[in-house]
Amino acid sequence: MRPALALTLALLPLSAASLLIGAADMDLATLGTDPQAALILTVSRLPRTLAVILTGAALAIAGVVMQQLVRNRFVEPGTTGTAESAALGLLAVTLIAPAAPIWIKMVAASLAAMAGTALFLRLIRRLPAREVLLVPLVGIVLSTILGAMVTFIGWQTDLLQMISIWLFTGEFSGVIAGRYELLWIAAAAAALAWFAADRFAILGLGQETATGLGLNPDAVMRLGLVVVAVVTALVIVTVGMIPFIGLVVPNIVARSMGDNLRATLPVTAAGGAALVLVCDITGRLVRYPYEVPVGTVLGVVGSLLFLWLLYREPARG
Amino acid sequence: MDRRFTLLSLALTAACAAYLFWGLGASWQFVLSLRTGKLAGMLLVGAAVAVATVLFQTVSRNRILTPQIMGFDALYILMQTALVASLGLSGFAGLAAPVKFTVEVVIMIAASLVLFGTLLGRAGQDVARLILTGVILGVLFRSAAGFLARLLDPNAFAVVQYASFASFARVNTDLLPIAALLTCGAIGLALWVAPRLDVLALGRPIAISLGLAHDRLMLLALALVAVLVSVATALVGPIAFFGLIVAGLAHEAAGTHRHARLLPMAMLIAGILLVGGQTLFERALGLQSTLSVVIEFVGGLFFLWLLLRGRIR
Repeated sequence: MRPALALTLALLPLSAASLLIGAADMDLATLGTDPQAALILTVSRLPRTLAVILTGAALAIAGVVMQQLVRNRFVEPGTTGTAESAALGLLAVTLIAPAAPIWIKMVAASLAAMAGTALFLRLIRRLPAREVLLVPLVGIVLSTILGAMVTFIGWQTDLLQMISIWLFTGEFSGVIAGRYELLWIAAAAAALAWFAADRFAILGLGQETATGLGLNPDAVMRLGLVVVAVVTALVIVTVGMIPFIGLVVPNIVARSMGDNLRATLPVTAAGGAALVLVCDITGRLVRYPYEVPVGTVLGVVGSLLFLWLLYREPARG
Repeated sequence: MDRRFTLLSLALTAACAAYLFWGLGASWQFVLSLRTGKLAGMLLVGAAVAVATVLFQTVSRNRILTPQIMGFDALYILMQTALVASLGLSGFAGLAAPVKFTVEVVIMIAASLVLFGTLLGRAGQDVARLILTGVILGVLFRSAAGFLARLLDPNAFAVVQYASFASFARVNTDLLPIAALLTCGAIGLALWVAPRLDVLALGRPIAISLGLAHDRLMLLALALVAVLVSVATALVGPIAFFGLIVAGLAHEAAGTHRHARLLPMAMLIAGILLVGGQTLFERALGLQSTLSVVIEFVGGLFFLWLLLRGRIR
C-alpha cells in the first residue's frame, strides 16, 4: 500500500494550497479572531476543496468500472456517450419542468446516462473483437453526436449559453457550502464499486470465465452501469463535464500496479483526486484573480496524457 | 444503373434551377449574380466533402468515419481564436480574405500531412491508432481554443463564436477561383487513381500481393483528403457529419464498390442535399443559418442508424 500512502500524503499539501488560494484575502493566522476569514474558509474554500477531491476520486473509479464493463482500456464515461446522455437528460428536465427540485434533475440525468451507456454497450457488441481501438473511436463519435443533439436543442431553445458554460466545461468556481453535497452520493456510489471490486475484476476476464467462476455477469454488469451512470450524472449536475480523469488515471495506475482492483482502486481514487486538484489550482493561478475552468485545463493535460498512453503502452484488451 | 445517374443529375439541375430562379424579383440581375456565387460555393464544398469522405472511408476501411472527426474543425476553430487573440478585433476584421484563406489551408494541409506522414511511417498499417490520435488531437485543439477564448473580451469572443459555426450563406466569392482550382485538381487526381483505390479497399495484404504500392497510394489518398477538407472548412467553417450522410447514400445508390462510379455519385448527392436543403431553408421556411445545425443533427441520427444496423464496413 505504499503508493496509496504516498499519494494520500501528496493530497495534504495540495489541499492546503487549495484552501489558501483564492481572490479573497484570507490568513490562516487570523482565522481564530477574524470572522470573515472563518466564513470564507467554511463556506467557500473548504467545500470547494472537498468537491474537487470527491469528484476526482469518483470519476477515476467510474473510469475503472467502465473499463472493466467494456473490457477495453481506452474508454471512460466522457468518451462513451455517458456524460452527453446525462446532459441530454438534464436539458430535457430543464425544458419540461424548469422548477423541478434538484433531486428530480439528478434522477433524470442518471437515467439518461444509464440509457446512453447501455446504447454504447449494445453498439460495441457488433464490433469485431480484434479491433481494440475501434471501441473508443465509436464511443467518441457517439458522444460527439449526442453532444451535437444537445447543441441543436440548446440552439432551438436559446439555452446554448447555459449548455456551454454549465454542462460542457466543468468548473468548481460555483461551489459553495450547500451546493456540492450531492457529490457525497457520487463518492458513496464509487465506494460501492470498491466493495464489489473483485467481481469487477473477474468480469474483466470475460463473460465465459466470469460465469465459469460462479459469477452472475449480468448482475455485475447492471451494478457497474448504475455506478458509472450515478457518478457521471451527479458530477455533471453539480460541476459539469470533466474529461479524461477516468481514462488516464486508471491506466497510469494499472501500468505500475497491475489489475488487482481491490488493491488498486484506493490508489486510483487518490490519484484522480490529486490530478483534479492540481488542474484546479493551475486553473486558478493562470490568470489570477480570474479562473480558467478545470474542464479546459484537463482537456489539454488529459489529451496529452492520453496520447502518451496510446503510444507508450501496447494496446491491450 | 445509368438511369440512377441520369435521375440524380436531373435532380441536381432542378435543385440548382430552383435555387437560382425561385423568387427573383425586380432587381434580378443583382440577385442572380449573388446567387450564382453562393451556388458555386455550395457545389464546391459538397463535391469536396463527398470525395474526401469516400476516400477516407476507403482508406480506413470503415463506413462510420468522416475525415472531419480527425480534428480539422478543432484546428480551424483554434486558428480563428488564435488570430483574434493575437491580432485583436480590428486586425482580424482587416485581414484580406484571400491571404487568410491561403494561410488557413496551408496550415491545415501541413498539419495533417505531418500527422499522416509520421504516423503512417511509424505505425505501419495501424489506421485505427492514426484516427484515434487525430481525434484526441482534436480534443486538445478544442481545449486550447477554449483556453484562449477565456482570455478574450466578450466582443472578440462573439466574433470567434460566429466563425466557429458553419454557414453556407457566407461563402466569400472572391475565394472561389483558388478554391475551385484546388478542389478540382484533387478530385481529378482521385478519379484518376480510382481503379487503384478499388484495390486498396481490399486491405493491405491483398492489395500488396496484387502489386499495388499500398502505403504510397494510402498517403496520396490521405493527402487528397487533407486538401479537400481544408478547402471546404476554410470556405464555410466546420461541418462534421455531412459527409457521413453523403457517403452512406452514395454507397446505397451506387450499389457497387467501384470508385469510378462511387465518387461522381457522391458528388451529385452532396450537391442535391446542399442546394436543395439551402433552397428549402432559405426560401420555403425563411430560416437563414440553421441548415448546418440541422445537417449535423440528421447526420448524427444517420450514424446511429448505420451502427444499429451493423453497417460498419
